[in-house]
Amino acid sequence: MKKTTPSQDFVRGIWKENAVLIQMLGLCPALAVTNTVKNALAMSAATFFVLCCSSVLISTFKRLIPKEVRISSYILVIATFVTLADMILQAYAPVQHKELGAFIALIVVNCMILGRQEAFSSKNNVFRSLLDAIGVGIGFTIALVMMGGFREILGVGTFFDISLFGPNFEPWVIMVLPAGGFLTLGFILLAMGYFEQRKKAKPPKVEAETVEVSS
Amino acid sequence: MSDEIQVTDQTASDEQEIPLEKPVSTFRLIATLGVAGMMAGLLLVLVNQHTKPMIDAYKAEQLQKAVYEVLPGTDRYDTYYLVDDILSLSLPEGVKESDYKRVYVSYNPDNQLHGVAMSRGESGFQDVIMVIFGWSPNTGKLMGMKVLDSKETPGLGDKIFKDLPWVGQFFASPDTPLIPTKPGAGKGRPGEIDTITGATISTKKVIEIINNGLEEWKPYLEQGLPQSSPVEVDEAPAEAEVQS
Repeated sequence: MKKTTPSQDFVRGIWKENAVLIQMLGLCPALAVTNTVKNALAMSAATFFVLCCSSVLISTFKRLIPKEVRISSYILVIATFVTLADMILQAYAPVQHKELGAFIALIVVNCMILGRQEAFSSKNNVFRSLLDAIGVGIGFTIALVMMGGFREILGVGTFFDISLFGPNFEPWVIMVLPAGGFLTLGFILLAMGYFEQRKKAKPPKVEAETVEVSS
Repeated sequence: MSDEIQVTDQTASDEQEIPLEKPVSTFRLIATLGVAGMMAGLLLVLVNQHTKPMIDAYKAEQLQKAVYEVLPGTDRYDTYYLVDDILSLSLPEGVKESDYKRVYVSYNPDNQLHGVAMSRGESGFQDVIMVIFGWSPNTGKLMGMKVLDSKETPGLGDKIFKDLPWVGQFFASPDTPLIPTKPGAGKGRPGEIDTITGATISTKKVIEIINNGLEEWKPYLEQGLPQSSPVEVDEAPAEAEVQS
């Protein structure tokens, strides 16, 4: 087993093992709610809260949960936090709750959260589980905001509700429709795969560049 | 990913050395889930008890505001309940208020009948869409519409309350029943409401809810409503308290 340092636990989830773009987890919210940047951010924030709380709780009680019922216990914990977040938001921030609408309940079925509990929190201490959750949460936010940005700019012609192209812009309606989510994710993955492959195919050039940068 | 598989192997071999790794008894499995479920339930009930009054108060406040919004020019309104197929200002003793259907009858500053607001919910694209709308019995035209609650798809179906030009159509006194029309394909009939591309189902549903609501209530409303408010102006605040 490769020993990881706490800082590696934190950094890993942000890009190198990004939940959405590399591990392909949590695609349901990533595809469904990223038609605007605002929605993407709100979804990320709620997911972040649930992910961190569940990670802390599950790593605290990991020795008490028998292996046979661990998945059901994890889902129970996650669902509880999602419902709590839903009720608290509705009571204290009714306007934002209305904005989020159906998103919140969807967090329960985000397999990225369950994946982190199963792969990390159930085997590591509270501190490292929290670091891991924060890292993965940031990575999730990056992926969602990226997708939300592309889709909002092309599909509505705005970014964060600020008009970019003026009144003559003809919105690509398909980008805010579900099909646009698949297209955007596909193109992002294509670009990432392309650069990854080019990096592998020409290692000397990359080295040379690195040397230049470092000198 | 390969790192994680190694992690799993390592932990498994570690645990095999611990004598605790015997088959777990069924009782312990049930107890674990039972306790976890109980704690989760307890937590949810506690938070719900704390947040429910706030949520209800907010909803009541929103409804009150909405009545004034969908009936522009309203001075004050009374709540009429449908008791035994007759519109009545008061409820029989000892019944739950929420069991009765109701309409909000509004009066203008001259104490003349101004309009009627009705709220109605029907299944939309995702979940129930709750709509409140105002209708004028004097002219038979719609006076306004507001979506109280909806979980329609963000960015698409939620245009039923975010798309202001669309909402504006309901305030432009269209004739009833409303006719859903494809944008640009209108024939200039009174009562035509343009639907929204990308939100066709949700927008059509809102129109349908209004038409259904009117159809349901019209017979009762035509039985006759008092042309001026039977409630003394002085008593109006007390009436408002009962509603909330």
